[in-house]
Amino acid sequence: MSKNQKIALVVGLVAVAVLPPFLKSYGIYLMTLMCVYLMAAFGLNLIVGYAGQMSIGQAAFYGIGAYIAAILMTRFGVSFWVVLPIAAVACFVIGLALGFPALRVQHHYLAFATLGFNVLAYLVMRNEEKLTGGTFGIANIPRPSLFGYSLDGSLAFFYFAYVSVILLALVLWWILRSPWGRAFAALRDNPIRAESTGVNITAYTLLAFAIGAACAGIGGVYLTALVNFIEPGQFNLSVSLTMLLAVIVGGSGRFFGPLVGSVIVILLPEWLRFLKDWYLAMFGFAVVVMLIYLPGGLISIGDRFAARGAAK
Amino acid sequence: MSELIQLIVSGTATGAIYALAALGFTLLWQASGTINFAQGEFVMIPAFIMLFFIGTAGAPLWLAFLLTCLVAMLLLGYTFKWAIVDPLIKHGVIPLVIATLGLSIGLKQVVKAGVTAQAEPFPSPFPDGLFSLGVIKVSYSDVGTLILAGLIVVGLQVFLNRTVTGRAMQAVAQNTDAAKVLGINVTRMVLYTFLINAVLAAVAALLVTPTYLAKFDMGESIGLKAFYAAIIGGFNQTRGALLGGVLVGVLENLMGAYVSPAYKEGVALLLFMVVIIFKPEGLLGKTEERKV
Repeated sequence: MSKNQKIALVVGLVAVAVLPPFLKSYGIYLMTLMCVYLMAAFGLNLIVGYAGQMSIGQAAFYGIGAYIAAILMTRFGVSFWVVLPIAAVACFVIGLALGFPALRVQHHYLAFATLGFNVLAYLVMRNEEKLTGGTFGIANIPRPSLFGYSLDGSLAFFYFAYVSVILLALVLWWILRSPWGRAFAALRDNPIRAESTGVNITAYTLLAFAIGAACAGIGGVYLTALVNFIEPGQFNLSVSLTMLLAVIVGGSGRFFGPLVGSVIVILLPEWLRFLKDWYLAMFGFAVVVMLIYLPGGLISIGDRFAARGAAK
Repeated sequence: MSELIQLIVSGTATGAIYALAALGFTLLWQASGTINFAQGEFVMIPAFIMLFFIGTAGAPLWLAFLLTCLVAMLLLGYTFKWAIVDPLIKHGVIPLVIATLGLSIGLKQVVKAGVTAQAEPFPSPFPDGLFSLGVIKVSYSDVGTLILAGLIVVGLQVFLNRTVTGRAMQAVAQNTDAAKVLGINVTRMVLYTFLINAVLAAVAALLVTPTYLAKFDMGESIGLKAFYAAIIGGFNQTRGALLGGVLVGVLENLMGAYVSPAYKEGVALLLFMVVIIFKPEGLLGKTEERKV
């Protein structure tokens, strides 16, 4: 990271922290939702951008995290702080179980496996009424408290989610800087060469997939606490698709790519409300156009300008 | 017993429709290395085009279908290849996978925003009612579907195996470079594959829409079944797509009747998982060597 980038990052982080008190409650909600969505999107970027896999089932893990949290918190009164690691571990284990058979064959099979898994997870959420409340969902989910300080207020919960997503990002950053994380880049850039230097491709890819799934599980727990009500429609296939395309449009394999992508799918539609369903239609076609003309994602526009500047 | 046979017959009919979509999917993969994640939307769009010809232009169903085949060939065959596949295919499989995912969202939302978000009824090409064969009762639409899908599949096999063009297309699918050396016009053969895929999708639309109804998201389920049918049967085998489609259709029906109607949709996934664990190349597939 260059010095300028560091300054920009700090300014951005402070600006986001200072802004919410001046927003209406819906604005604060959206900012919080961004933080929550980003947890899952950062995880997906690890899978897509760094391990080079297509996962079209991130919403399923998001949903599993959310449902685990909702069920344990409303029925059994389990604390948020206990639920969080349970959801993360559960998604990690399910990720391993799903990824193992798919990655053994050919790597794009993971796309098909996750796609079907999302459909299956949605069916379970919708049909197992006793467990999940079916289409009625689960309501009245409590918000957590931190050191005896209640996070019920929307502003308090925003800061909680904000700090949490920064911590999660730092952990992922640290993973990617570790020798283990470096192996990812090697693997994505040239799998055969990476394998010849002793990187076990399947094991690494599988682990990346499971970690990404765990991030979505964590995001799901926060989502539950944020919206206080969950139902299957929040986690269907199109949510996964949108998230995948958001990460790619933002710039997959770039650490802050998911941030750009999340702004496009969470914040922009709110300003462009008058477009209604046309917004997603344009988004879909924009993805196609972008892949043809700007394969690096929106975040790579900066590089292009930088390269042009350097050439002068 | 007769119930079981009826379930198998109607499952085979549904499976035959999946097989048509899966067939197009495998053909595209073999000829050009395209994995088309918008395959389900390629079935949904012709359904709406047919409704347009029937509703707005007042055409009878058979004419609407023929016109739709032409439009589909132009739009989902030629234009799809020219505008999306050609610029992206040189970058490998993944960018095209993403682009077709984007295309699938785009097509769905355009129909939802610009046409209708409701499910539209669709006329059946076959008469209503049941057809008795001893104790077994089969609906005319199942029989009709099986016959029509069967004719299409046999016709396609004859075309691929007995005509010069068909054999040239197979040569391209097996080894593009060798085909080029032999003087086969590879670009044209690949284009033919895209056109055939568009027609197969239009036929699938004609057969499936009377029961599924024309809706912007109808392709999600069909697309999913087509992918799974293709992989279950063997991605690189045309016959595999047929076997996979029928297997998925029949097992779904049995699952729906005997186990749980709620989890019917999950059958294809379970079958897929079992197949990739025990026979990753698919039931009829051959192991592909890694191209470096």
